[in-house]
Amino acid sequence: MNTHTKPLRGMTRRQLLTGATAMGAFVIGSGYVAGSNAAWATEMQAMSPEGFATLVQMARDIYPHDRVADEYYAAAVKGYDTQDKAEMAEQGIAALNARAMEMKGDDYLNIGWERDRVDVLRSMEDDAFFQTVRGGLVTGLYNQKAIWPIFGYEGESYSQGGYINRGFDDITWVG
Amino acid sequence: MAAPFDRNDDSVVVIIGTGAGGGVLANELAQKGVSVVALEAGGRYLPEDYINDEWDSFGQLAWTDPRTTSGDWRVAKDFSGLPAWIVKAVGGTTIHWAGASLRFQPHEWKALTTYGAIDGASLIDWPIDDAEMAPWYDKAEKKLNVTRTNGNPGLPGNNNFKVFEAGAKKLGYKEVHTGNMAINSRDNTDRMSCQQTGFCFQGCKWGAKWSAAYTDIPEGEATGNLEVRSKCHVARILHNEAGKVTGVEYFDEAGNLQMQKARIVAVAGNSMESPRLLLNSASSMFPDGLANSSGQVGRNYMRHLTGSVYGIFDKPVKMWRGTTMAGIVRDEARHDPSRGFSGGFELETLSLGLPFMAAFLDPGAWGREFTSALDQYENMAGMWIVGEDMPQADNRVTLSDVEDQHGLKVANVNYSDHANDRAMRDYAYKVGSQIYDSLGATRTMPTPPYPSTHNLGTNRMSEKPEDGVVNKWGQTHDIANLFVSDGSQFTTGAAENPTLTIVALAIRQADHIASEMSAGNI
Ligand SMILES: Cc1cc2nc3c(=O)[nH]c(=O)nc-3n(C[C@H](O)[C@H](O)[C@H](O)COP(=O)(O)OP(=O)(O)OC[C@H]3O[C@@H](n4cnc5c(N)ncnc54)[C@H](O)[C@@H]3O)c2cc1C
Ligand code: SF4
Repeated sequence: MNTHTKPLRGMTRRQLLTGATAMGAFVIGSGYVAGSNAAWATEMQAMSPEGFATLVQMARDIYPHDRVADEYYAAAVKGYDTQDKAEMAEQGIAALNARAMEMKGDDYLNIGWERDRVDVLRSMEDDAFFQTVRGGLVTGLYNQKAIWPIFGYEGESYSQGGYINRGFDDITWVG
Repeated sequence: MAAPFDRNDDSVVVIIGTGAGGGVLANELAQKGVSVVALEAGGRYLPEDYINDEWDSFGQLAWTDPRTTSGDWRVAKDFSGLPAWIVKAVGGTTIHWAGASLRFQPHEWKALTTYGAIDGASLIDWPIDDAEMAPWYDKAEKKLNVTRTNGNPGLPGNNNFKVFEAGAKKLGYKEVHTGNMAINSRDNTDRMSCQQTGFCFQGCKWGAKWSAAYTDIPEGEATGNLEVRSKCHVARILHNEAGKVTGVEYFDEAGNLQMQKARIVAVAGNSMESPRLLLNSASSMFPDGLANSSGQVGRNYMRHLTGSVYGIFDKPVKMWRGTTMAGIVRDEARHDPSRGFSGGFELETLSLGLPFMAAFLDPGAWGREFTSALDQYENMAGMWIVGEDMPQADNRVTLSDVEDQHGLKVANVNYSDHANDRAMRDYAYKVGSQIYDSLGATRTMPTPPYPSTHNLGTNRMSEKPEDGVVNKWGQTHDIANLFVSDGSQFTTGAAENPTLTIVALAIRQADHIASEMSAGNI
């Protein structure tokens, strides 16, 4: 799963993006390039790589889980990278960047601290775009079975005979 | 096996909906030799079909036809198109239900007398009481094979229960146990015992939990007297010039409008659909809808005040393992106005899987306050508050301007909390949090109500015709051969989960209908 390659420290995300596009892969998140053979690498269908990378960062800032890798946030918002949704998403990202510029003097992706990006998001949280992205993430992110183990959640248990012999009452610190 | 009845056969009892009320009524009548056609909007799913996955199961079973909402309850904001979480399938919401099966406390049949008049509440007493219902509860507990009744042992406590129990006992609560559950605590001839899989809300794949889908429905069909037509959505109840109902119109699976004649019609579509159907059946003779001369159809919608408390600990709990709701504190169920409110509440263990926790812990919330809680999912324990909410005349189901796929007006559900509800919920949040705090919880979260699972009261039972829609048999005050057979009959909600009472009322109603039929009275 985790097939990140080559951490590229010391480059701006914009440089990464440019490089990545040239390499025929796309870049997400904080300093890693996904090889084109990586499980999560995804080719842009309709969105710009910059726009998509911003959307992924926005997704992480809405529901930040430091132990959940970018690939899952990317998967959660990949649905916007379609002919009929890309325009809406790009417009939303453009508005986000405009607000980021106004409030913090830079594009959203270039704001270094989560706290500052969250300020920008808070100022837009009643907007339709924010609500659409947030609402979609509730299932788009948390319904990915691959992230459940990170939270300890075990998913279905019927195929294993339930928990009757597998620790339904194995708590040790009470009783 | 069940021979199909002719659509022009006007000797049959037509039952609309096959959940806790309708499914049980159908079987009980069939056992007595009465011919029954049960029309169910949903499809047929059995344990092998159920899915141990919250959203996939929701997609398979839940009622997702449109509904609209209004009022100050938070559900109207967070889930404006989903006021209730109920099932559309043969067996109804007994597929989703957790199995908690409690009798009303004696005083709860007499809420007005016990609590006195309360400003803004449309309280009345039930026209029946504890003594009247006791034998029917006996039968219901036997049918559902409820734990701690009929010699059945209680279920073993899971991790979530052990935390809950330890905290409750520290606070001095006395009546703390793994509940009265309609879940087999040992194998019986029909169904096996609970395997602690922990997906009780998604349909029990072992059949350990009672559900009408795989008990009463097939038992009724086996008599040859019951025909269940699935994927048949009833659009309208028909009547003649004498004001008696004569049958129903429904859309079949192919979307074609059909008519089924009937001697008696029993409505059991859950508290949102039953009043909707009566209202949608308005005619020139009954311009305000059927059985609505009192103007009470749709009013006094109740949902239990509900709310949850989740506690986070510095050590793992793994609350999702094992039976979802086998744990209860009953000490707060009493009526004790010194707490600042009338009526009482139960605390019951509850667990949601990660996907539902993300959706329901604090709907609309985002950022680290929210995600840092989810990060501790493994260390969480959870409980649910089930308390009596006040009936209010304007908490009601009306027809919305929105139409469904059949062109029928959908239900709008208007609900606002009563001051008594808020006082009780705040108190329950406090004691619920204390249960976890007493064990060293590092964080507790008073979680708002989910879309309603207990839907009650919209065709309430009353002594006087002007106060409600049905009499003490669930027979409408206005039309002798029209009955209501589901949770919408509830006069008041009591503190207990409703289904055992719905089932007991359905068994009793079957007895009444059968004897009235043989006496030639209806
Ligand atoms: C997750 C969950 C957990 C629960 N846990 C518990 C618990 O532990 N204890 C408890 O007591 N209760 C519990 N409940 C509540 C319980 O399931 C309901 O109270 C009960 O099933 C209601 O019975 P009913 O007959 O009123 O309606 P339902 O069981 O909802 O049945 C109504 C049926 O009517 C059908 N219908 C509606 N309209 C039409 C139409 N026009 N034509 C044809 N068919 C129609 C519906 O499709 C449905 O199948 C729970 C509910 C949920 C959702
Ligand atoms: S925990 Fe028990 S009752 Fe619940 S689904 Fe599993 S086997 Fe059925």
